[in-house]
Amino acid sequence: MKKLINDPADVVADALRGMAAAHPELRIDHENRVVFRGDAPRQGKVGLVSGGGSGHEPMHGGFVGPGMLDAACAGEVFTSPVPDQMVAATQGVDGGAGVLHVVKNYTGDVMNFEMAAELVAAESGTEVVAVVTDDDVAVQDSLYTAGRRGVGVTVLLEKLAGAAAEEGRPLAEVADVARTVNAQGRSMGMALTSCTVPAAGKPTFDLPEDEMEIGVGIHGEPGRRRVKLAPAREIAEMLVEPVLSDLEFSGGDGVIAFVNGLGGTPLIELYLMYAEVARVLEKSGVTVARSLVGSYMTSLDMAGCSVTLLKVDDDLVRLWDAPVRTPGLRWGV
Amino acid sequence: MADSLDVSALEAWVREFARSIAEHKDELTALDSAIGDADHGANMDRGMSAAVAALEASPPADPGALLKQVGMTLVSKVGGASGPLYGTFFLRMAGTLGPDPADDEAFARALRAGLDGVIARGKAEPGDKTMLDALAPACDALDAALAAGEPFGAALRAAAAAAGAGRDATVPLVARKGRASYLGERSAGHQDPGATSTALLLDAAVTALSGSAG
Repeated sequence: MKKLINDPADVVADALRGMAAAHPELRIDHENRVVFRGDAPRQGKVGLVSGGGSGHEPMHGGFVGPGMLDAACAGEVFTSPVPDQMVAATQGVDGGAGVLHVVKNYTGDVMNFEMAAELVAAESGTEVVAVVTDDDVAVQDSLYTAGRRGVGVTVLLEKLAGAAAEEGRPLAEVADVARTVNAQGRSMGMALTSCTVPAAGKPTFDLPEDEMEIGVGIHGEPGRRRVKLAPAREIAEMLVEPVLSDLEFSGGDGVIAFVNGLGGTPLIELYLMYAEVARVLEKSGVTVARSLVGSYMTSLDMAGCSVTLLKVDDDLVRLWDAPVRTPGLRWGV
Repeated sequence: MADSLDVSALEAWVREFARSIAEHKDELTALDSAIGDADHGANMDRGMSAAVAALEASPPADPGALLKQVGMTLVSKVGGASGPLYGTFFLRMAGTLGPDPADDEAFARALRAGLDGVIARGKAEPGDKTMLDALAPACDALDAALAAGEPFGAALRAAAAAAGAGRDATVPLVARKGRASYLGERSAGHQDPGATSTALLLDAAVTALSGSAG
């Protein structure tokens, strides 16, 4: 393993020190490992809190700022944060209008956010609504699994619900935006390589040179099937087709098409993939309203990508175009 | 029947579990690499090390306080699914034990309360390839052995044997909860890391407690 680290045990704390140094507009609670907007809490504004295991940067800490999250809790690498962190984040962003928890559907994240919401209710009475993202079509049989994983839609949701909160919508409406986004978005991912968790020191799984994993998540868990490596145009079809067959995307106002890198794939390959994805969408009669290409939800150094499609209407397109100023996503300001 | 499961006996159990987790840390992580996210050993070791450090920094006065402190420490330090699940397990045990030294039947009741807490928090069922597959048969075996009049040490050994058998029986199962469930059929053929650490918890009880009560 070759990594830019000091000690594997200090990776999260050291990275947060770097975020604090690079982004003085943020306020970082190092003890609780929470990244706050510098001006939190904003009186009268719904607070948006998310969080999850580290190793997915820029998600979630890199999405803290005006127009997106108010706070993000950083867990250990690939491990959900603990309730104490979520309580500190929730109380720190409570401007009297309630707090929305954005939770990715993983067993640990859901349980820890649930415990945090119970603690907040017992301590302060702040109104908390949780919206859980579960957009990964690679997990097929939700009756017999922990349910679909929350992946790429989470990034889009944090932007869109963040814009809704920024323009002063009340908690119930911000939560409605979040639920709508989750209901109308689907994702599918693939890996060319495993990732290497710093504390483990070696790749989580072995993947031969000529094979790839289809249907991976974002924690180095293997995918649903392993197949021979194929050209990008075929990979794009393997990713887009299960998404299109899970939800009707054609007609209406189109989609936000999001090609996301998993951490070890260069942008040139992501744009190449986007060209193939756009071709498949055109062939399928799906209109692209907006697009996003880049590594926004990563799995450490995993090479590979995911494709997310989100069906949007005028309101969601307007929320998408609204100004955002965070380390990871920034436009219109 | 002696009321000798006092705070120092239970502290010995917690310390033995922490020692055993540290010893098996790499094995737990290797099992988790196959079907999960390669962190179970590191997370449990971090949590149990913190639990032992807390015992030394502020020694609890009685059994309930001891297990509550362990549970709160695990909830605060571990994260993931193991933190809330093991944390809830110890918190429910604490609530059932209370301040007085326990006899063997009170311990069995507390263990079952811990099991009920894990079920409520994790919403898993036996056969889902989780820690429940070791914990549920251990509770059943402990209750059955005590009902049959076995001494506490023998009853604990029966519980640990049932946990071990439950752990081994997770190998062919297809996971239905937790991250392993994302693998579908590919999760079969691997031993569940949570059931493995739970079997260590029962083994630690045999080592630390079998001379204590009954």
